[in-house]
Amino acid sequence: MNWSLALPEIVLSCCAMAILVFGVVVREDSTFVCTMLGLGAFLLTAMLILAAPFGTGYGGLFVVDPFADFMKLLILAGGAMAVVMSLDYNRHERLTRFEFPVLIVLSTVGMMVMASAANLMSLYLGLELQSLCIYVLAAFARDEQRSAEAGLKYFVLGALASGLLLYGISLVYGFAGTMDFARITRALTDPVTVSPGLVVGIVFIVTGLAFKISAAPFHMWTPDVYEGAPTPVTSFMSTAPKVAAMALLLRTMVAPFGHLLAQWQQLIVLVSILSMLWGSLAAIGQSSIKRLMAYSSIGHMGYALIGLAAGTAVGIRGVLIYMVTYVFMSAGTFAVIIAMRRRGRACEQINDLSGLGRTDPAMALAMVIFMFSMAGIPPMSGFFGKLYVFLAAVQAGMWTLAVIGVLTSVIGAYYYLRIIKVMYFDTGGEAFDPRPASLSVIAAGTGLFTTLFFVLPGPVLNAAQAAAQALFG
Amino acid sequence: MIADIAFYIFAAVLLISAAMVVSARNPVHSVLFLILAFFNAAGLFLLAGAEFLAMILVIVYVGAVAVLFLFVVMMLDVNFARLREGFQRYAPVGATVGVVLLAELALVLGGWKFAPEAATLRLAPRPDQVQNTAALGALLYTRYILLFQMAGLVLLVAMVGAIVLSLRDRHDARRQDINRQQSRRVADTLELVRAPLGAGIASLGIYRPITAPAAADGQAPPGSDNPEVHAPAPPAEVH
Repeated sequence: MNWSLALPEIVLSCCAMAILVFGVVVREDSTFVCTMLGLGAFLLTAMLILAAPFGTGYGGLFVVDPFADFMKLLILAGGAMAVVMSLDYNRHERLTRFEFPVLIVLSTVGMMVMASAANLMSLYLGLELQSLCIYVLAAFARDEQRSAEAGLKYFVLGALASGLLLYGISLVYGFAGTMDFARITRALTDPVTVSPGLVVGIVFIVTGLAFKISAAPFHMWTPDVYEGAPTPVTSFMSTAPKVAAMALLLRTMVAPFGHLLAQWQQLIVLVSILSMLWGSLAAIGQSSIKRLMAYSSIGHMGYALIGLAAGTAVGIRGVLIYMVTYVFMSAGTFAVIIAMRRRGRACEQINDLSGLGRTDPAMALAMVIFMFSMAGIPPMSGFFGKLYVFLAAVQAGMWTLAVIGVLTSVIGAYYYLRIIKVMYFDTGGEAFDPRPASLSVIAAGTGLFTTLFFVLPGPVLNAAQAAAQALFG
Repeated sequence: MIADIAFYIFAAVLLISAAMVVSARNPVHSVLFLILAFFNAAGLFLLAGAEFLAMILVIVYVGAVAVLFLFVVMMLDVNFARLREGFQRYAPVGATVGVVLLAELALVLGGWKFAPEAATLRLAPRPDQVQNTAALGALLYTRYILLFQMAGLVLLVAMVGAIVLSLRDRHDARRQDINRQQSRRVADTLELVRAPLGAGIASLGIYRPITAPAAADGQAPPGSDNPEVHAPAPPAEVH
């Protein structure tokens, strides 16, 4: 057995436990050190991932291929940015507890297993490890009613989604007699044998995973949980877990159920259209920027799913590029949101941004970049993400999907541009507190990535191409 | 023959007690029936040759989970009558949903097909000459070691999460300080006095807290005159 395939995961979980012990022993004021150690663990793991060989290990439970590595690096980036953003926020909100980075690191371990899962059992355990950490993180501000409510709501609905997923897994197991992806693929090579029971099982699995990426119609929890959870946790939830759940969805749909494309394609198309419509229409009336981001993320998942609906390697490449651009612009937007603080109190209303163009031009400029990118306006990276998924849809002959995507982008542009209007053309609003260096670094870094993506898109495109090929190969 | 009889007894008691769990009015009775159901399920496992699962069911479910239920039910004093208030109102809707689901399930199972090689894949190799505890252990620690460790991490997260969300550092709490305990010496805390036989501690100027006001007057506490209290002092030997 080639146990060293999972070396990055093993090292990261050992780091998490070491940080936990360190935090418990030192106790007083260990949060900053623990956070830095967590960042170091992320960096070490990223290097291990780049150095690790490809292959399948643990009796087919665990696979390392370019696709898994691509997703894992993206997950680590999302987790690291959330950890950095939590530094200042947690200090202000009196949440400085060393468990915060530990839970984020453990959750990242779960997500990495999700990206590498080649068996329905490792899929489920990775998903549960990831979700359980995030339930706790959502309720981390336990003295605040909103946060406790967010944690409880996410926990109850997440447990329901896990139940549906498990039911689907059991139906698939009942059909195939195995949970191994490779063997399920072999059992399904002849689509004649497919029974309604198996299709119901696949529908349940898609339901459970769609809940995790908060695609409509399984998005009900998103606005409340996004709004109630501490903002760094919200930024974490909107980046890394989405990538991990998307990785699972792509791998399960393409690898074991790839021969049933005709069966699940219409399902993904439906989910995608509903997410795009709901994400753009329901966001219009929002006044809280965190709720706005929740609806925006629902919409973005809809766009990303267009690539999966196409069912081709080009489509998968589109999804991967979309996720890269989405992670960075979403993290950057949240860095700006966390920096919105007046006299020590966090501001969460869109109107609080009024006059930002005058009081803090740099922060306003960063927000403009992210909003343009989310709206899909060239030459920001968000445009290229949309371009590649629409391209894949057109190539696969799915014109309706592409047209609906373009139309909902136009609707979505309204509320993204409204934020820019509030920042530059609305008067009033005092200056925010001076922003901490950590948030400035994140906003500047992601802003640069988002703006300059078109200059050098090669590395990301090539990596996404290789990853998509690995999934089909 | 005996096994058949045992099976029907276990199965019948299991079904009856499971029905009682949901229908009993008193929640404590519900939990007790749940324990009975667990025991009978364990019996069924034994008959099926899965002795490890049977023991786990008794130890984990009866020993921990059911006792925890009982504890919570008794501690919280939940008003179950109020919880059931809406039952009559929602019963028709619930029944409709249930019937639709049942029909769908019947449809799904009616058209069920197996993958060609499913039958051979599903047949787990029966361990020969090995107790199933050993067989399970060998599988868990070799083939499924990754899943086993992942499950361990999930439990660790549950533990950390429970502590994060519920533990509060109270500053007025009296904490155990191991260093202080270790550095205490006998001389700091213990005083040896020589007490005359039959005199009682009051004559040494040591009083119980309750009798302290009486002692302040310079008199012996009222109880000390009672001969029965003092009387036959055990022949304690002080070395």
